[in-house]
Amino acid sequence: METAIMPDAGFLKRLDNEIKVNVNACYQCGKCSAGCPMNYAMDLTPAQLIHAIRLGLKDLVLNSKTMWLCSSCQTCSTRCPQEVDIARVMDAVKIIAVAEGVKPQVPKVIAFNKATLRNIKWFGRMYELGLICDLKLRTLEFFKDLGLGVRMLRKGKLKLVPSVSPGRTLATMSIFSRVSNKEGQTKK
Amino acid sequence: MTAKYAYYPGCSLHSTAVEYDASFKAVAAKLDIELEEVPGWVCCGTSPAHSTSHLLSIALPIKNLALAEAAKATQMVVPCAACYSRFKFALYDMHHDQKIGDEVKEIVGSSFQGNIKVLHPLEVIAKLPAAVLKENVKRQIDDLKVVCYYGCLLTRPPKVVRFVAGGQTPPEAGDDVEYPTTMDKILENVGINVLDWSYKTDCCGGAFALSETDAVLTLTQRILKNALEVGADAIVVACPLCHANPDTRQAEINAKYNTNYNMPIYYFTQLMGLAFGYSPEEMLINKHLTEPALLRNVGKEQSRMSW
Repeated sequence: METAIMPDAGFLKRLDNEIKVNVNACYQCGKCSAGCPMNYAMDLTPAQLIHAIRLGLKDLVLNSKTMWLCSSCQTCSTRCPQEVDIARVMDAVKIIAVAEGVKPQVPKVIAFNKATLRNIKWFGRMYELGLICDLKLRTLEFFKDLGLGVRMLRKGKLKLVPSVSPGRTLATMSIFSRVSNKEGQTKK
Repeated sequence: MTAKYAYYPGCSLHSTAVEYDASFKAVAAKLDIELEEVPGWVCCGTSPAHSTSHLLSIALPIKNLALAEAAKATQMVVPCAACYSRFKFALYDMHHDQKIGDEVKEIVGSSFQGNIKVLHPLEVIAKLPAAVLKENVKRQIDDLKVVCYYGCLLTRPPKVVRFVAGGQTPPEAGDDVEYPTTMDKILENVGINVLDWSYKTDCCGGAFALSETDAVLTLTQRILKNALEVGADAIVVACPLCHANPDTRQAEINAKYNTNYNMPIYYFTQLMGLAFGYSPEEMLINKHLTEPALLRNVGKEQSRMSW
C-alpha cells in the first residue's frame, strides 16, 4: 500500500523564521537519538523528527510526542557533528504546534508550562504552592504528590503565601504583554 | 582582596533550596566574596518560557541583567544551573542576532549594554588559588565518600555556556563538557573524598518533576544506582533541580524498582561550609527529605574526640 505523503514546503520556512537552525545539515548519524535520555518514551527519535521536518511532514511532526518529552538537557545539540541545534528545533516545533492549534500529545507538559508562566506573570517570581494548585486544576490530578507537598511544607521548603511586590508584578506583566504585542506584529 | 558580585538567587534559592542560599552565602563570607542581591529581580522564565516563546525566554533574563547593570555590577553570580543556562542563552542570542537584541531592548525598556558576565558559584570559587581554600579548612570530613553530579545545564552546550572558560580574562581552557572536574577539585581541596563515576552530566528529568514524574523516576534511578555502585555515601550537586529530583523521589523510586536507596544529596557549598567549621545546623543539613544521620553530628563528636 502506498502512503500518501503531503509535504508542506512552508513548514521548513516557518521553522527557519522561528529559529535560525539549518536542519538540512543533518546526515542522519543518529548521535542525537543515541544520547537522548528521553528516547525510550518518544514516538519518533530526535533524528527521525529532524528527518520528518526536512521532508516537510508537518502533520507527523506537529502530532508527535517527541518535542513534548524533550527535557532540554542539550545533549543532542552539544554532540551533533553538524552543529544542528536540535534542542532549539524541539522548542520551535512546540511553539508552532501551539500556534497552529494542534492538540498536544503530552497534555501534562503544556499544562505545566501554562501554569508556570501564569505564575511568573502574576507574582514576578515563582510561587510554588500556587503553581501546584493551578497545575492540579488543569490536570485534575488532585492527589498526585500530596504527601510530598506536605513533607516539603513541614521542612519549610514551600511558602504558604507568595512574596508579593507590586513593582515586580508590574515588571513581568509589562514584559509579557510587550512580548505578545511584538509577536502579534510579526505574524501580520 | 574582596571580590564583589551581583547575586541572582533565583526562585528556588528562596524556597525549595534555602539551604543552598544559606550555605553559599556562608562560604562566600569566609572566602571574601561579597554578594549583593539584584534589587527587584524576577524569575528567569525557566523551561516553560523557552518552550513557549523565544522572545520571552530572552526578555526575562535580560530584564534581570539590566537591573544588575543599573546597580553598577560587572559580574553576576547565579547558583541555579537552570537560571545560569537561561542567562547564558539570553546573552548568546543577543550577541548573535541583532533583530532579537533590538526587540528585547525595546521590551525591557532599558539601554542594556551587555557587558555583564554571568558566573556560577563553582566558577567564582574555581578562580581562587587552592591555598585559599585549604587555609580555611577547620575540620576534616574524611569518613565521607561522595560523587559530584553536575547535571545537564552547567556545561551544555559549551559554545553558549563556556563553563569555567567564560569567567576568565583572557579566556582559558574551560572544563570538559562530558566529564567536568571543577567541583571535584574544589571539594578535594577542602579535604572531601571524591569518587569517580560515569553519571556526572546525565539528565535527572529536570523540569518534568511535576508533569512527567515517571520520567524523573526512570532517569534519577540510573544516577542513584551508579553512585551506589561506585561506593558513594552521598551525591553532591550544584543546582536546585539536580537536588530536588534525587532528594524528593527516592521513596517512589524504591517502590517502583524494588530498591532500597537512602542516599543523601548535598549542595557542594554545604560540604564546604562544614569543612570550614560551620555547624550542620548552620548549613541546614536537616532541610533534606532523604537524610540519614550521616552529617548531622559533624563537629559534635569530633570536638569530644580531639580534646
